[in-house]
Amino acid sequence: MSLRLPDATATRRRPRTHDLDALVVGAGGAGLYAALELKRDLGPEARIGVISKLYPSRSHTAAAQGGVCAALGNTEEDNWEWHWFDTVKGGDYLVDQDAAEVMCRDAVETIINLEHLGLPFNRTPEGLIDQRRFGGHTRNHGEGPVRRACYAAVRTGHHILQTLYEQCIRHEVAFYDEYQVLDLQMPDGVGGPVTGVIGYQLATGEVHSFLAKSVLFATGGFGKIFKVTSNAHTLTGDGVAIVYRRGLPLEDMEFYQFHPTGMYKLGFLLSEAMRGEGGFLVNGKGERFMERYAPTMKDLASRDVVSRSIYQEIAAGRGIDGKDFVHLDVRHLGAEVLNKKLPDMSGFIRTYFGIEPLTDLVPIQPTAHYAMGGIPTDLDGHALADERGTRVPGLYAAGECACVSVHGANRLGTNSLLDILVFGRRAGVAMADEVRRAPDPQPDAVAERAVLAGLAELLEGMEGERPAVIRAELQETMFAKCGVYRNGALLEEAQADLRRLRERARHLCVQDKGRRYNTDLVEALELGFLLDCAEATVDSALARTETRGGHAREDFPDRDDVEWLKHTFAFRWSEGAPPRMAYRPVTITKFPPKPRVY
Amino acid sequence: MDVLLRLKRFDPERDADPHWEEYTVQADPSDRVLDLLHQVKWYQDGTLTFRRSCAHGVCGSDAMLINGRNRLACEYLVKDAGTEISVEPIRGSQVIKDLLVDLDGFWEKYRSVMPYLVNDEVPADGKERRQSPEERERFDDTSKCILCGACTTACPSFWSNPDFVGPAAIVNAHRFIFDSRDQAGEERLQIMADADGVWRCRTIFNCVEACPRGINITRAILEVTAEVEKAQGA
Ligand SMILES: Cc1cc2nc3c(=O)[nH]c(=O)nc-3n(C[C@H](O)[C@H](O)[C@H](O)COP(=O)(O)OP(=O)(O)OC[C@H]3O[C@@H](n4cnc5c(N)ncnc54)[C@H](O)[C@@H]3O)c2cc1C
Ligand code: FES
Repeated sequence: MSLRLPDATATRRRPRTHDLDALVVGAGGAGLYAALELKRDLGPEARIGVISKLYPSRSHTAAAQGGVCAALGNTEEDNWEWHWFDTVKGGDYLVDQDAAEVMCRDAVETIINLEHLGLPFNRTPEGLIDQRRFGGHTRNHGEGPVRRACYAAVRTGHHILQTLYEQCIRHEVAFYDEYQVLDLQMPDGVGGPVTGVIGYQLATGEVHSFLAKSVLFATGGFGKIFKVTSNAHTLTGDGVAIVYRRGLPLEDMEFYQFHPTGMYKLGFLLSEAMRGEGGFLVNGKGERFMERYAPTMKDLASRDVVSRSIYQEIAAGRGIDGKDFVHLDVRHLGAEVLNKKLPDMSGFIRTYFGIEPLTDLVPIQPTAHYAMGGIPTDLDGHALADERGTRVPGLYAAGECACVSVHGANRLGTNSLLDILVFGRRAGVAMADEVRRAPDPQPDAVAERAVLAGLAELLEGMEGERPAVIRAELQETMFAKCGVYRNGALLEEAQADLRRLRERARHLCVQDKGRRYNTDLVEALELGFLLDCAEATVDSALARTETRGGHAREDFPDRDDVEWLKHTFAFRWSEGAPPRMAYRPVTITKFPPKPRVY
Repeated sequence: MDVLLRLKRFDPERDADPHWEEYTVQADPSDRVLDLLHQVKWYQDGTLTFRRSCAHGVCGSDAMLINGRNRLACEYLVKDAGTEISVEPIRGSQVIKDLLVDLDGFWEKYRSVMPYLVNDEVPADGKERRQSPEERERFDDTSKCILCGACTTACPSFWSNPDFVGPAAIVNAHRFIFDSRDQAGEERLQIMADADGVWRCRTIFNCVEACPRGINITRAILEVTAEVEKAQGA
């Protein structure tokens, strides 16, 4: 076994360079499917690299529980057009309908392909992929719930990640594990091509230059801007922030999803599958309150609706003992369902709350869960440079860090795993095409020097504050002032808080001065990414004076299709100044906007 | 309440030898050991180094030797661990820094067992391959593995012979050997029959106890061994 020796001069040496055909940043479901597709397309000789700050199997795709949907129709009648409608309606009509059409149509073939790659789906007695119900998915345009979610126990994400990683190993994708990407290489600046990335090797503290003809960002979400979240510690929006810093736009950042059933205070997710199997919410008076808010779909209405209903119950003093949580009741599901069909969630409840879901009510509160917004892309994963749809040569994005937009203002459960798969794969196909045509990539010496200088500056810092202190305040602010409900006054406060935090973050105290696995330094870098994601979120939210999907403004409680049927594009044009906003019309091809009733 | 944390620290860039350091942290009974490590790292000593990500037992980043047993720091609560808690790196691998060890060898062994489905035939109707719920159930237990390394690094046979492929890799071989869709059984069984394969297992059961996913690892190893014997006509 090789021990990597420390080297005090490592970061001052000439950076190591890696020449690749295509480079994928991020080893979650989106990145791995793209890498696999690139290999399949370009053949075994192609140099395909995947860089990840975590070992691939640690990516947060592994945490997804409930399922991935496709209108296979294996257990009851279904078709992809119904799925398409549900996605558009679920997204409160901010969905680009051409993109959602591609996703829902490709879903069927994509899921079948995953089975062929080895994914151990649960099966029907006939040996077909089994399916179950999930929030917002309906039969024939809202008549009632439909079984559309394909699943592998409650480890669907684990098995998607595992299966794709396994096949990447089989097809000899080159993995660069535990490298953190800190910048893009764009030797000609904005408007020019992306030719690679600058990576920081955690094991040695060395800075490496990766050059490639096409680069995919698949770096996942940024839930860590919020205090209570289902997201991993490492979901700090690195890719999203890097793109933003380079003057490229971020789309629809105001739309962040709060999942109704987070474990109280901890934020860990209790999957919608618990309600899909028959669990329901009750308030402090023991009432099944969702019957009032969503008479047809009840507890399986879309997530933004359920989260807001919980907040209204709490605001009306009907939380449990008047506090800020309600109960999830799954007692009646019985041991068979809880232990066989929902074993992991039952386990979380037992481990972290020390209570028994068969006999006890489970305390839950909405938890920050999913970023609908991110790096804007077209249907083939090309990153967009502006609201007119100009492509950034050489740069792609897919997965939670991207915004295609298939989720619009609110994502349906099981549609994210589908999104990362369908668009990860499509990005792979488009990248392969670009690799065949693109010239050899040129290095960006300025970016390299800037990264080295930034690291050196942070390492010298001793006077300032600890990153964790500032991060905690950021998370507090975002959860309280830019959460399930927002209003102009609160958002302006959040803006001012962020300005102050950003100022304080200019002087950080990094106590670890070493080279190897300097995770203290890494957390300081990640704080910077979080602050950028938060800024784009708050400013986009303040600008949008309506309520739609995951963006609920108390001071503008209605959806405004005349003014706001459009996507936000936020650009940073100068450090310290508020971002510039531009807008892009929503693509509507089939379903005219209607009021959303569940 | 106050908890006394004893941490095995070692930074080869600064220290000659591994040594224990003590920290006192404020904790609730429902806090996880991972929360305590974060408290130290964030507010007392930023040089403390360990891996972590999901914080709820699904990513496999934070296997450590806690109070003498391999566990995930994010799954072990103060109310169970007590008010004096010792944390060391998992054993049998080179310590790189504090609680973080070199996993290159671990991943190499994982990759050596062909941990992927081999079957490039696609049903004529273009649909999914059929598999009955019973066939699916056959490898359900081993499919739960999150590659945290707690089992392999708790195994005395691995400590005494670092070339032993180890329980984690065998678990992942089992996952495919018993998948009705797989076609590379023979090849995989040959790998398992290697001198450093299944025979090294002494059924000491440390792995079963260490597994945070509750996988019955010893049974899986015995099932693979039985298949190897069958293949060899023994
Ligand atoms: C608890 C939970 C349950 C969920 N359940 C479901 C579900 O049932 N159905 C559903 O459809 N969706 C679900 N989701 C959402 C879905 O799982 C995620 O949106 C999706 O998995 C994101 O995948 P990804 O590939 O985009 O990113 P991730 O899987 O998050 O991967 C991100 C990758 O980027 C890498 N990375 C990040 N920054 C850097 C950097 N600077 N340098 C190098 N590498 C970097 C990381 O190492 C990682 O490999 C769930 C989410 C959570 C949190
Ligand atoms: S941090 Fe993911 S398993 Fe503990």
